[in-house]
Amino acid sequence: MDVRVTNVRKEFDRFPALHDVSLDIHSGELIALLGPSGSGKTTLLRLIAGLEMPTTGRIYFGDTDASEWTVQQRNIGFVFQHYALFRHMTILENVSFGLKVRPRSTRPPANEIRRRAMELLDLVQLSGLEKRYPNQLSGGQRQRVALARALAIEPAVLLLDEPFGALDAQVRRELRKWLREIHDRTGHTTVFVTHDQEEALELSDRLCVMSQGKVEQVGTPDTIYDQPSSPFVFGFIGESSHLPVNLNDGDIRFGSLSLGQAAGPLSAGPARLFFRPHDVDLVDPGTGLNGAIVASRRVGGTRRVELDLGVGQLVEIDVPFDQPFNQSGAISFRPRRWQLFPAAERGI
Amino acid sequence: MGFTLTYFSLIILVPLLALAFRSAGLGPASFWIAASDARVLGALRVSFVTALIAAAVNVVFGTLIAWVLVRYRFPGRRIFDAVIDLPFALPTAVAGIALTAIYAPNGTIGALFAPLGWRIAYTPAGIVIAMIFIGLPFVVRTIQPILEEVSHEVEEASATLGATRFQTITRVLLPSLTPAILTGFALAFARGVGEYGSIIFIAGNIPFVSEIAPLLIYIRLQEFNYVGATVIATVMLLISFALLFAINLIQAWSRRRYGYGN
Amino acid sequence: MATKLTARRSRKTSPTSETPLVQGLLIALSLLFMGVILLLPLYAVFHEALIKGPGAYFAALLEPDAQSAIRLTLLVAAIAVPLNLVFGVAASWAIAKFEFKGKAFLITLIDLPFSVSPVISGLVYVLLFGAGSVLGPVLKSYGIEVLFALPGIVLATIFVTFPFVARELIPLMQDQGTGDEEAALSLGANGWQTFFLVTLPNIKWGLLYGVLLCNARAMGEFGAVAVVSGKIRGQTTTIPLQVEMLYNEYNATAAFALASLLALLALVTLVLKSALEWRFSAEIAAGNH
Repeated sequence: MDVRVTNVRKEFDRFPALHDVSLDIHSGELIALLGPSGSGKTTLLRLIAGLEMPTTGRIYFGDTDASEWTVQQRNIGFVFQHYALFRHMTILENVSFGLKVRPRSTRPPANEIRRRAMELLDLVQLSGLEKRYPNQLSGGQRQRVALARALAIEPAVLLLDEPFGALDAQVRRELRKWLREIHDRTGHTTVFVTHDQEEALELSDRLCVMSQGKVEQVGTPDTIYDQPSSPFVFGFIGESSHLPVNLNDGDIRFGSLSLGQAAGPLSAGPARLFFRPHDVDLVDPGTGLNGAIVASRRVGGTRRVELDLGVGQLVEIDVPFDQPFNQSGAISFRPRRWQLFPAAERGI
Repeated sequence: MGFTLTYFSLIILVPLLALAFRSAGLGPASFWIAASDARVLGALRVSFVTALIAAAVNVVFGTLIAWVLVRYRFPGRRIFDAVIDLPFALPTAVAGIALTAIYAPNGTIGALFAPLGWRIAYTPAGIVIAMIFIGLPFVVRTIQPILEEVSHEVEEASATLGATRFQTITRVLLPSLTPAILTGFALAFARGVGEYGSIIFIAGNIPFVSEIAPLLIYIRLQEFNYVGATVIATVMLLISFALLFAINLIQAWSRRRYGYGN
Repeated sequence: MATKLTARRSRKTSPTSETPLVQGLLIALSLLFMGVILLLPLYAVFHEALIKGPGAYFAALLEPDAQSAIRLTLLVAAIAVPLNLVFGVAASWAIAKFEFKGKAFLITLIDLPFSVSPVISGLVYVLLFGAGSVLGPVLKSYGIEVLFALPGIVLATIFVTFPFVARELIPLMQDQGTGDEEAALSLGANGWQTFFLVTLPNIKWGLLYGVLLCNARAMGEFGAVAVVSGKIRGQTTTIPLQVEMLYNEYNATAAFALASLLALLALVTLVLKSALEWRFSAEIAAGNH
């Protein structure tokens, strides 16, 4: 099921949580809504679910305008951060709930409901626990029950709100892989909200990066990481450093040093150059950006050093951990890949 | 520590032990004779039946009131929330004469029913009214904190699964409140059975019809029939303890199974 | 997949709430029930008390037996409340800060007076000090009357008001743990200094709250006191007993006039209690009775 969000605005007590948001979700894809807290990602998810109604704008399920549908009519599967399981019901009763509350005309017979619930428990690898109560399960198990419960109603769209947010790192990584497998097997259109970029990059087909109630960029993990469309996205996804530069006839200059040729629409004048700490080449002293080492720490297989380029301009770059430093404690480097943004633009 | 236990023993334990000894001193035969006296059985029946009805009414309205106070915002909500405690604060004798004035055939509400030939004061119905008055806060105050704890997410989850609002309330919310409702019921019931001050004015106190067990204890004492009084008191205490025990079981069970309770 | 476009819910109603109409009906039903069951009796007290005008009202209050009942009630509360205050603090201190055998049992027993009929609470003292008892005649030979006298009334009042302070403080002190006290002791404070400078300020609002409830009950207790007082007019009748006697003598206006004093006390108690709850809710354990 395709879902289209068009020009949606949402206000809470006159305070806008979403400004004019549009997003096309393709049938069968796994898409992540990624952003810092307060970016509006959960609000967008709840609007798709029908748990909130947009102030203006429309939401389409397929070709049908679903904006006025109640949450019950939308037939979505929703998984909450804190599971929201029914504590007085067994695991089996939790999973069967959505089928049992259907009106008599569309409700499957009792044995069919049971069969389907057991099948789903098998899918989420919880066979044998159907008689337990939620209280008797671990956090990871509870979240798998919540997913089975959401899948039981054969939802048009599966929506997950920070599904792994309450779990510890180890369980979170396992469930992440497992969610991808379930998605590949069942093929549900899936939207999940996260503030964890690693999770979003690893798990999703596409990402929708949000900030301050707006969509910053939508794209595949590669696009988002390699071609961030705004300083915010560049800063939010992955590591980044930036420099104030001047454009002069397509020449990018930091002080008197030329860093390369600018391609693109930016006109002459001040701009900002963003690069990743690992996208740099170390060069002979005097042929690149010279910086005094302010701090250095070991990050995995490399060493991250903080350099002072003079006039208080600090950047971070990665160097091989066995890189010998010269006596002066200075390093020369040139960014290998970069992105230019206008100087005035909002961002980090 | 020493002071605590001494004071506690003097005030609570010694008197209760005195009751137990007196009662045990009777021997089973004479205890049974005194306990199976027709008027005693009648009074116990009146007390327990009316308390049962009142507690049932209080469960329905107490749950509704707790719901309204927790979930809805309306002008005066805090004042009504405070008013719930009135029966805790208003002395029972005051409540008793006030209720009698209202429900007597010439009272504000009594006059509404008098033309229909229905009498409330001086009948078991009056006893039920008084027990509703004193029992209501027990139900409301037991359910309120549990209802406040129920997360909105659970209701949203139910709605996303297709449940109507009515199904969410009856299948998700009320079952999760069941332990609290049962506890509130037991507390209101226990209080109703033991209540004296607010009932004796409105009850009419006709033996076998509207004479409650605590009043019969009082009458026996006035007659210096200490044996009779002790026996009724012992029977009532045993039933109250059984109730308290039941409350503890409900709470232990709900804690074990659902991980919550109060 | 639902294909109907009919939105039965308005856009304003969230899926976890009821329609405004249903809300309105439920609120109206609740308020009606509370109005009839709780507020009407309160109104009736003042209405009946003033039915013959303020002159009769004040005459009833100034009548010598009424005056003596008021004095006795104040005296009983003045003895019972401080005793239960001291005990309540001591008991909750012991329960919250120390581990000992039978602690859970003690907590259960503290609540006992709540679940015992007030008439039975009075009865146990009659059995203990009455004519057929061991203690009664012994004390009588020393000239000490317990039953049908002030000591009996005070004892019965203490019994029924016993749990109020303790059960307000126990959860509060358990929550606060022993960290503050240990810090004070490690800084060189002695036991009493620790109690007055550290423990007491932490519990003062909860304590006030418990005392308030304890006092309201002490002044208004009827069943237990009725059994032990003997109802000697002008001597052993507290306000509630005097109300009963006047009422049974068909002097309803005077009965309601005295009752209105207790109703006022109840109102003041409720107002103070609510004010405390709103301002210091964090420092007062959830008020469950």
